Amino acid sequence: MKFNIYDLTSFNQWIDKLLYDNLPAFWAMIIEMTLIGVAFLLFYAVIGLFLVYAERKVCAFIQNRVGPNRVGPYGIFQTIADFIKLLMKELIPINKADKFLFNLAPFIVIIASFMAIAAIPFGLGLHAIDFNIGVFYVMAVSSLGVIGILLAGWSSNNKYSLIGAMRSGAQIVSYELSVGMSLVTIVILAGSMQLSTIVEAQRNGWFIFTGHVPAFIAFLVFIIAGTAETNRGPFDLAEAESELTAGFHTEYSGIKFAFFFLAEYMNMFIVASIAATIFWGGWMPFHLGPIFGEWTLGFNNVMDYIPPFFWYIGKTMVVIFIMMWFKWTFPRLRIDQLLKLEWKYLLPINLFNIILMALIVLMGWHF
Amino acid sequence: MEDLILDNNTIQEEEYIINMGPQHPSTHGVLRFKVSLQGETVLNVQPHCGYIHRGIEKMCEKLTYQQIIHLTDRMDYLSAHINNEAVCLLVENALQIEVPERVKYIRTILSELTRLASHQLWWCAFGMDLGALTTYFYGLRDREPILDIFEETTGARLLQSFNTPGGLMNDIHPNFIKRVKDYIVYFRKKLPEYDELLTGNVILQERTNDVGFLTLEDAISYGVTGPSGRASGFACDIRKHHPYSAYDKVDFKEILYTKGDTFHRYKARVEEMWESLKIIEQLIDNIPDGDYTAKMKPIIKLPEGEYYQRVEAARGEFGVYILSKGEKYPYRAKFRSPNFSNLSAINKMAAGYKIADLVAISGSLDLVIPDIDR
Amino acid sequence: MNAIIDYFKELFKGIKTLLTGMKVTGYYFVHPKSIITQQYPENRKTLKMFDRFKGEVTMPHDENNQHKCTACSICEINCPNGSIEVISKQVEKADGKMKKELDVYIYKLSMCTFCGLCVKVCPQDAIIFSQGFEHAVFNKEKLIKTLNKPGSSLKEKVKVVEVS
Repeated sequence: MKFNIYDLTSFNQWIDKLLYDNLPAFWAMIIEMTLIGVAFLLFYAVIGLFLVYAERKVCAFIQNRVGPNRVGPYGIFQTIADFIKLLMKELIPINKADKFLFNLAPFIVIIASFMAIAAIPFGLGLHAIDFNIGVFYVMAVSSLGVIGILLAGWSSNNKYSLIGAMRSGAQIVSYELSVGMSLVTIVILAGSMQLSTIVEAQRNGWFIFTGHVPAFIAFLVFIIAGTAETNRGPFDLAEAESELTAGFHTEYSGIKFAFFFLAEYMNMFIVASIAATIFWGGWMPFHLGPIFGEWTLGFNNVMDYIPPFFWYIGKTMVVIFIMMWFKWTFPRLRIDQLLKLEWKYLLPINLFNIILMALIVLMGWHF
Repeated sequence: MEDLILDNNTIQEEEYIINMGPQHPSTHGVLRFKVSLQGETVLNVQPHCGYIHRGIEKMCEKLTYQQIIHLTDRMDYLSAHINNEAVCLLVENALQIEVPERVKYIRTILSELTRLASHQLWWCAFGMDLGALTTYFYGLRDREPILDIFEETTGARLLQSFNTPGGLMNDIHPNFIKRVKDYIVYFRKKLPEYDELLTGNVILQERTNDVGFLTLEDAISYGVTGPSGRASGFACDIRKHHPYSAYDKVDFKEILYTKGDTFHRYKARVEEMWESLKIIEQLIDNIPDGDYTAKMKPIIKLPEGEYYQRVEAARGEFGVYILSKGEKYPYRAKFRSPNFSNLSAINKMAAGYKIADLVAISGSLDLVIPDIDR
Repeated sequence: MNAIIDYFKELFKGIKTLLTGMKVTGYYFVHPKSIITQQYPENRKTLKMFDRFKGEVTMPHDENNQHKCTACSICEINCPNGSIEVISKQVEKADGKMKKELDVYIYKLSMCTFCGLCVKVCPQDAIIFSQGFEHAVFNKEKLIKTLNKPGSSLKEKVKVVEVS
């Protein structure tokens, strides 16, 4: 068995060969897809559980208190206890709500985030779908989530939900622009939309260092717009607890609420992993380019000791921590201020940034 | 803005009515707002109060003057000590009893500590209403030492009943002076953090600047007192204009602004916290020796007539009116609650702005609902 | 031109205030030692309340099971809402006179507002506040407490007699 933790392509090919040699082609394909699907479901669930616990602990330390510490040592089983409780809750049926849409909405949100996760490179050999339009695909699929939110708000037959869903719809549609354009900035630098090519192109240094000023500005814009995309942090007026009770998921209880909750954390994970992949090099360890001298080769070898998967997880966790830090520090923005921020500040800066990056790439002024 | 404000009976097209009901995470108690909206803009706000009416004024007609004290605690429970002081001062002034100097100093120090604790709780709840969820915990953490000071001297954290007509129930604990001094040092270091975290924040300034104006004429005619009124220019600080207890012996500023928007109401309270620290510092080293109560008869009977005493509670002017027919029970007791008058101005302030602004405005008015309903 | 300069000045000023706020919360994140939360059920053995804490009204009995209450009912008269009920009985003393003595001292914890008037006015200092605060029960009857223990008696005041 060739299980090389630094390069899992040989392991994947071994499984592939095993299946196709022993079974008819149709069944081998079905079983392979099932295996990948189950692996992703497990990964999704485990990361979801871990992120909920991490948020509660980070939030507690920022607020100068302890956080969950009773269920299990240091409270690590707290999320499991929460999900068992949510599973056992009564699913209250609403009287005059549109039943089909009401039940469909949480699933749309989950499916949208699930489709986006499939295209992210987790490590060398751990890339499920490698389109040549990878960036475009991720952007397109993650914007399907807004349909779920609008459906949830509409079909709840509740004024609060409707206000929350409308606000959220306006917000997500506006910030799609900023997210897309900051990604386009890096596509200019990398020369391709395929995610694996983008990661490979950072072998001599991450893009945030090589594409100095415009890449840094694009990173800041992406973090702000990405937080707004996921209805989190200072942009969470769609579910503003102190204003509208719970916004668009007021009427949901039990497992359906758990879906919305989980999908929000997974969206945060997706935004963080796209930021880590495109700006900070994905699974590529921290390399210095040969421009700094001969000693960089030895340095790069040392950096390569840590397997790529752990680099990826580490970077994503740092970006997630920054997003959580935003949420627990700042007050909320009002809807008109939020839209003003996007259309009057982020959009012009983004356009200017694209031109700047194009100029730099043409002139060769990057590292 | 004037043409958007309607009266309560006509409903325009595209107008819908929302209930920010008695159970709501941000209305600081059981208060119901009936808000009529057009899109996101508020046209009309109608508060409905009375969900926590307990008949305190009626109960006072069967209680002696020492027993009324424990009921005044429970109205505006965040300025409990100041409310107690109002009734005691009324009885002492009516019977013309001279309380010892020591009592006056201790009452003032405890009042200012109460005011500080009340403003801290307001600050943390205001941040939470606007979405900055960490401020809640910082405010509560800084309030804990004050509650420890209260518990050590009076026996209770919030509803103290420490005052009694003629003086105090008990002398201060020997540790009191040291604890208060340590707390002043501790809090002076923490208060600039409040400014860094919330006051200077660009998001807060965008949300509270030029929102919810209250002009000086409106403040006077609605009777909005306290820091909310002083932010509109209404010079109504009773500690300055009709001093009682030891307030004429200390030097402090009356915080007045003229703009009258939500940000200046916020700033007035934060500045008042600094002034309270200054007052406590001036008094804590100079407490004169003496008795902790004056000699009083066990059964107190006020001579026939009407009496009124006003004090500066943390939210405004708290007034006690007693009509006595010469017996040991008052014939009629009426409490002028500051929150009731502050709340009455909310339609004037909030009409024409958005729902999110309504939350910010009612947070900056610092309402405590049991005081409205009594 | 001025408008562009103002635009960027506002932008950078705003970002600076946001970063100052993040610095404050970041400081608390990396200093978990400043947490003052008390882990309540685990620290019950070392938890000590303040002396004057108004937990519950009790009648202290000394080692001979004697209390100081003479059933004068001044506390019952002063209680604002009737949480105290003093039931007395007439007992024949050694010299043939009938004397009023305490039978049952009922204290309703569910109604008490902890105002402290009963403790303050008692002429014999028979009742004090204890520091117990764990009053939660499943049965409401348990909140009506009898303060004098069964079989207890009044501790007589010792009269000082001059010896000539």
